[in-house]
Amino acid sequence: MLKLRHVYTRYGKVECLKGVSFAVKEGEIVAILGANGAGKTTILKTISGLIRPTAGEILFRDKSISSASPEAIVRMGVAHVPEGRKIFQRLNVLENLELGAFVRGDSSETRKDMEALFEIFPVLKKRLKQKAGTLSGGEQQMLAIARGLMSRPSVLLLDEPSLGLAPILVSAIYKMIETVHAQGKTIVLVEQNARMALKIAARAYVLEIGEIVLEGNAREIGESPAIQSAYLGGG
Amino acid sequence: MNPSLALFLQQLLNGLGIGMVYALIALGYTMVYGVLQLINFAHGEVFMVGGYLAITAAVFLTALFAHAPVVLVLTLMFVFSITGCAALGAFVERVAYRPLRGSPKLTALITSIGVSFFLQNAVMLIYGSKEQGLPPVLPDRLFFIGPISFSLMQAVILAVSVSLMIFLTGFVKNTKMGKAMRACAENAEAASLMGISVTRVVRATFVMGSGLAAVAGVLFSLNYESVNFHDGYLAGLKAFTAAVFGGIGSIPGAMIGGVLLGVFEGLGAGYISSGWKDVFAFVLLVVVLIFKPSGILGENIPEKV
Repeated sequence: MLKLRHVYTRYGKVECLKGVSFAVKEGEIVAILGANGAGKTTILKTISGLIRPTAGEILFRDKSISSASPEAIVRMGVAHVPEGRKIFQRLNVLENLELGAFVRGDSSETRKDMEALFEIFPVLKKRLKQKAGTLSGGEQQMLAIARGLMSRPSVLLLDEPSLGLAPILVSAIYKMIETVHAQGKTIVLVEQNARMALKIAARAYVLEIGEIVLEGNAREIGESPAIQSAYLGGG
Repeated sequence: MNPSLALFLQQLLNGLGIGMVYALIALGYTMVYGVLQLINFAHGEVFMVGGYLAITAAVFLTALFAHAPVVLVLTLMFVFSITGCAALGAFVERVAYRPLRGSPKLTALITSIGVSFFLQNAVMLIYGSKEQGLPPVLPDRLFFIGPISFSLMQAVILAVSVSLMIFLTGFVKNTKMGKAMRACAENAEAASLMGISVTRVVRATFVMGSGLAAVAGVLFSLNYESVNFHDGYLAGLKAFTAAVFGGIGSIPGAMIGGVLLGVFEGLGAGYISSGWKDVFAFVLLVVVLIFKPSGILGENIPEKV
C-alpha cells in the first residue's frame, strides 16, 4: 500500500536518508526503530510531504506521491501525527478535531466520526471546550492521534507516541493504537521505545544513520542480539 | 454637567474615533504577524493607498453625478478602496514576501521596508506630491448629548469600525478559514499536516488585513478630507505601536491597543498639548516595551513535553 524506493533526503549538505526502501501492506502495523538522529522522523516527514526526497520514489496505492504537497497527501488518505504532538494549544479540543477534518466537507459524517473517536478516547469528550494547551501530556497525545484520524486516513503515521509519557500512559496509548488498528487502519509507527513498538507491530525496520540495517517480523527483530543489546537493554 | 467632566468625555470621544482607525490598521499588522511572524512595515502604505482610492472614487462620482446620494457615494468609496487594497495586499504578498518564505525573518522585514518606500513613491508619482483633497461627501452635522458634541463623521467611524471588528471576531472564531488562520498562526507545519494550504491562508490574511486598512483609509480621508502620500508612515507606525501595545499576534489585543492608544492621544492632546500628540503614542510604546513586552493580551504558552 505504501512503498519507499531508495529514498534520499538531505538537510542542506547533510544527507539524512541514504537510500531507504520499505513497504507497508494494507492493515499492517509496521514499526521503524532506531536511535536519536537515525532519520526516523525524517522518513515520516518525507512520506507526508513536509520534506521533499532528493532521489528515490514514494508510492501510495501504486501512485507516486514524492512531489505532492502535504495537503494533497492528507487528502489521499495519509495522516501524520507528528513528534511532540503539535496540537494547536490555543484552540480548544473541539476545534483541534475539526481542523483534523479540514479536508472533508461532510459535517454530519464528521460529527459521527468524532463520536466514534470518543469511544476510544473518552477523556477528549470531557475536555471538548477546554484549550488544548491545558491538557496533560497523555491527553495531548490522545488528541493528536484523534485529530489525525479525523481526516479518515487509510494510513496513520505515528511519530513517537510514547514520548515523554509515564509508563502507565504509554500502555494506555498503545491500547488505543491497537484499537485504532483493529478498526482497519494501516499504521507506521516510529519509536525509540522498541519494546512497546515491537509488542504491537507485525514487522519492523531498524534504522541507523539513514540506512535500514535490519528488517523482519517483529518477533525476529525483538530477539535479534543486536537489537537486544542496543535498544532493549538485554544481551 | 460639570464642565471638566464634559471636557474629559469630549476628548475621550475624539480619541475613540482616531483609536478605531488605529485599531483597524493594527489588525492587519497583528494578523500578518500571527501567520508569518513578519512585521509588514508596508502595511501603513496600504492604508494610505486606501485613502487615495477612496478620494479618487469620490472625485469621479461627484464629478459625474452632481447629486448622487451620500450613501451611494460612501458605499462605492468603500467598495473601490477595499477591492483595490485587497488586490494590492495579495499582489505584494505574492511578489515580495512569498519568494522569501523560509529565508531569515530579517530579510522579509527589510523587504517590507522596501515595499513601503516603493508604494509611497509610486503614489507620489501617480498623484503628485501635494495632498489630495476630498470633495465634501458627508454633510457637516453635529449631534449633541448634553454638552458633548459629536459629528456625523465620528458616528460613521464608530459604526463602521465596531461592526467590522464584530464581523472579524466571528469570522476568525467560527469559519473554516478563520480556524485555519489560527492553526497556521500557532504552527504552520502542523496546519499543513491537517491539509490546510498555508499559502492560501497567508494570501487570505493579507487580503483581509489590507481590506481592513482600506476601510481605515476611507475613514481617515473622510475625517481629514485629504490624504498625502506620506500619511501612511505615521499612521502605520502608530498602528504598529497599538498592535504591540495590545500584544502582537492577538486580534482582540490589536482592537484594544488601537482604541487605548487613540484615547491616550486624545486625552494627551486635550489636557497637555496637541502639538505633543504624536509623542504620547511613542512614549506609550517605550513604556509598554519596558514593563510588559508581550503587550496587554500577548500570551506565551509553554510547550508541554
